Amino acid sequence: MLRNARALLIPAAALLFAGCPPSNDKGGGNAGGGDTILLGEYESMTGAEATFGESTHRGILLALEEINKAGGVKGKKVDVKNTDDQGKEQEAQNCVLRLCTEDKVTAILGEVASSRSIAGGRVAQKNGVPMVSPSSTNAAVTKVGDMIFRVCFIDDFQGFVGAKFAFENLKAKKVAILYDQTQAYSAGLREDFKKAFTGFGGAVVEDVPYNGGDTDFSPQLNKIKAASPDAVYVPGYYTEGGNIALQARKLGLTVPLIGGDGWDSPKLAEIAKDAIEGCYYSNHYSEEETRPEVQEFVKKFKEKNPGYPADGLAALGYDAAKLLCDALNRAASLSGKDIAAALAATKDFKGVTGVITIDKDRNAQKPAVMLAMKEGKPHYVATVAPQQ
Amino acid sequence: MTTALSQRGQELAPTPIVAAPRFLAPLAAGVVLAILLELVLPSPQTNLKSKIFLDIGINVILAVSLNMVNGFTGQFSMGHAGFMAVGGYAAATITYYGSFALWGNPDTHGVSGNALFFLACLAAGLVAAALGYLVGLPSLRLRGDYLAIVTLGFGEIVRVLVQLTQPVLVTPERVHEVGFPGVLGYLGGALGFSGQYGIPTYTNIFWAYAFVTVTLVSAYRMKRSTWGRAFLAVRENEIAAEAMGVHTTKVKVRAFVVAAFFAGIAGSLYGHETGALNPATLGFMRSFDIIIMVVLGGMGSVSGSVVAAVILTILPEALRPVADYRMVVYALSLIVMMILRPQGIFGIREVWELGPFKRFFVEKR
Amino acid sequence: MSRILQTLLDSLTVGSLYGLIALGYTMVYGILQFINFAHSDIFMLGAWFSFELSKTFGWSKNPPPFWAAPLVLILAMTLCGAVGFTIERLAYKPLRKAPRLNVLITAIGVSLLIENVGQLPWALGTQPQSMPTLINDRVLFSILGVGFHLVDLLVIGVAFALMVVLQWLVYGTKLGLGMRAVSFDTKTASLMGINVDAVISFTFVTGSALAAAAGLLFALKYSGLKQSADSQWVLLGLKAFVAAVVGGIGNVRGAVLGGLMIGAIEQFGAAYVYAPLRDVYVFSVLILVLLVKPTGLLGKAVVEKV
Repeated sequence: MLRNARALLIPAAALLFAGCPPSNDKGGGNAGGGDTILLGEYESMTGAEATFGESTHRGILLALEEINKAGGVKGKKVDVKNTDDQGKEQEAQNCVLRLCTEDKVTAILGEVASSRSIAGGRVAQKNGVPMVSPSSTNAAVTKVGDMIFRVCFIDDFQGFVGAKFAFENLKAKKVAILYDQTQAYSAGLREDFKKAFTGFGGAVVEDVPYNGGDTDFSPQLNKIKAASPDAVYVPGYYTEGGNIALQARKLGLTVPLIGGDGWDSPKLAEIAKDAIEGCYYSNHYSEEETRPEVQEFVKKFKEKNPGYPADGLAALGYDAAKLLCDALNRAASLSGKDIAAALAATKDFKGVTGVITIDKDRNAQKPAVMLAMKEGKPHYVATVAPQQ
Repeated sequence: MTTALSQRGQELAPTPIVAAPRFLAPLAAGVVLAILLELVLPSPQTNLKSKIFLDIGINVILAVSLNMVNGFTGQFSMGHAGFMAVGGYAAATITYYGSFALWGNPDTHGVSGNALFFLACLAAGLVAAALGYLVGLPSLRLRGDYLAIVTLGFGEIVRVLVQLTQPVLVTPERVHEVGFPGVLGYLGGALGFSGQYGIPTYTNIFWAYAFVTVTLVSAYRMKRSTWGRAFLAVRENEIAAEAMGVHTTKVKVRAFVVAAFFAGIAGSLYGHETGALNPATLGFMRSFDIIIMVVLGGMGSVSGSVVAAVILTILPEALRPVADYRMVVYALSLIVMMILRPQGIFGIREVWELGPFKRFFVEKR
Repeated sequence: MSRILQTLLDSLTVGSLYGLIALGYTMVYGILQFINFAHSDIFMLGAWFSFELSKTFGWSKNPPPFWAAPLVLILAMTLCGAVGFTIERLAYKPLRKAPRLNVLITAIGVSLLIENVGQLPWALGTQPQSMPTLINDRVLFSILGVGFHLVDLLVIGVAFALMVVLQWLVYGTKLGLGMRAVSFDTKTASLMGINVDAVISFTFVTGSALAAAAGLLFALKYSGLKQSADSQWVLLGLKAFVAAVVGGIGNVRGAVLGGLMIGAIEQFGAAYVYAPLRDVYVFSVLILVLLVKPTGLLGKAVVEKV
């Protein structure tokens, strides 16, 4: 009998390592002490959508550099701890937990992909640390809790924008959809587009899924070609978007492809080469806009990051960081609840990506732009304002 | 047909009243320990070290359960994550949709909620065990390498089939509308069982370590029983075992089913820890992670699997600064281990049967 | 009708790739009786080496000459052959006498090693890349509205050419005779004076070279290369292994036949039934074959002596 009880020695031994003094776990956030405010950021610096993380990170760095040069927040310098979630949901949760409990950050910036924002957001909410997502557009992200905010529009609107453009500008009556069923972003955007497009009176002739990470889309594209659509809506990420464009053109599918902001990456044209000519996508901003904030940002960004395009994600990262610091300045204290209250009260913040007002659902009401791919670069076509 | 030998064997077997304390005592001790740990340690939702400790528990269950198939019985299964997935989804369906049905929302609900969770875990184990039976029966006629690939294939099939389901329902009205078994079609699909609410997060240190206790006691007791001897016989030489009257297919399927049961429970714990289940993370890569633990710890050693699970759960966190090289180190250790010490750290023996512990715990012959 | 033709063409292209990779699996299994799990990673290396070589020669910026693709093919095949040789010598040779399970685990270890070393920032990197265009694709001719592209036909052509070469190698040369002898009975073959080590090494090198060719062809056709630890490579290799099993493991012609069959099942299933389930179709076929005719279509049953 003694021997059998020994089976429990091991977990008991494992206890020894974990016998550290319990740290504060009341979950009330971490009010920063000392003379630096530490923010956290988590995005995919490596992995399939690595350019998302790269761009956002550079945008954030530029913003914080400017803020610190102008005196910081409440007289303190602002620093940011960058973590890489490798494009995985589980890692995203670990990153956020680490930022909240070990690094004790005041607030968090991230993520880009909606699935990962939802996962990380749950952890941030539990720990009472406010989180601002620069570019997650799926509606469920901010529904996770009252600590989660975003500075971009949501997919209800983005789907509408894509549908409006397809119906009115491209005069498409029949559209096929090819979406990524493994990503909340793509699946959600597909639903929103379908609703809006059929609302306009158009017809969705094919609605075909693929799995994120697929390289071969011939079966799906064949099916779509057989239905003769006037355009194809591809609300996925750029890695697949590029390949889809390539293979579509190879199969003789010449109608324009329309994407969402997930296409926004310099790698899109690199992968798709000529195939992406004459395709469109909805985005948060275009560097060709004439507004002074945009031109300022583009100039400074290109100076600091030579050879790197000032894409929508960089602009959103910049706006998110700036908006967060603005809220930190306005907040009564640096506790989680006060920062959240200040964020919720944001009104008419002049961002690079538009004038941002945080509504009662913690989302931003902003216009979207449609971009066209010409000669491998995105060019401004039109702006669509949110209907109230 | 009872031979004189088997009759004698039955006479020699301990009566239930004598046998019961042999597993009830460590079980009770383990549960008490689990309660103590729960009270002493901070919540894994808000403390990283606690979360790692919790993860260790889940990985121990996974490693020890896989050891029953790969280690004791010598059958190379590479689809363990599939059982974990099935168990996780079964439990999540019960807690998430059950919460909607009972309380109208999928939050955690105190004592009655925990009772629901316990039932969900048991159901998870049973569903996974049933799948283990279905998978085991045809596959276990196959030889080593082929079995490995087929189990891998099954794991992938489970993953892909789960990806076919519809997004999770979020309103009690819809849940009532769809009803059971309709909700089985709404497991989140490729997005995973997640959404704005997520699975209610019932897993805490107590539950994890209570189940760890059950797993460890079962594994060790099984190993020392007639079942265990049959497993080891099949592992050493299947044809000889068959010749000695061991019903090899039955024994192999048995190992599979029991292992699947515990993997299902681990899956349930996993799903209710993070509040989400993503089929992409429950593919063969996850199965590989568990295999590495079993191989390094020693195929056939319960304590070896535990030690390996502890080390291999802590290591990714400890090696975070050099995270790129972590998998390289794992892979190299696997290769070197196989060439130099294929039996793993402990081989088939338990940690207390080695070296300085031998005096206390191993009977003199 | 044109859709069927298109799917057929795709099956042929994809199937040839599977066949090329399956040859490596089947040859190694025939000789050493174990599944070389690391084979899918040799395929991945073939694709990535092609990318790196093309980049080094500057063909991502400047248009490549017509001899670019064949040169990269030969170089990639040589490099991967060397990698295969090294793996065999270092990881598998010490385990020749060990139980099959140990070698399988080692193979998994080698696979993980290659994938993760590849992911290191100084090696192949952590980001997907796109292959420079070595061959300007164009439609050569059309039937029933289905365009037959140059790259697709090249994939099929090169794959079949290599398979014919292998066929000649195994059945028409002394070395091939040695390979067949070793796969039949290793001990007796060594008694007959065959250098078993050399034969085994040669098998690995050949298999790896074929996988490398498949890698280059894959890169030319699909142009998007995922990072080395991405599960895409293992899945592709796995499907090729299924092809080898379906055709009859240990059988060279079987591997080719299996490759075409699996290619067809996958493409037709994806096109006409439901695309995201493409892997399920392939694995279901595997399970079916293993339960009904485990030796595969062209394989022969081997009696295991106790």
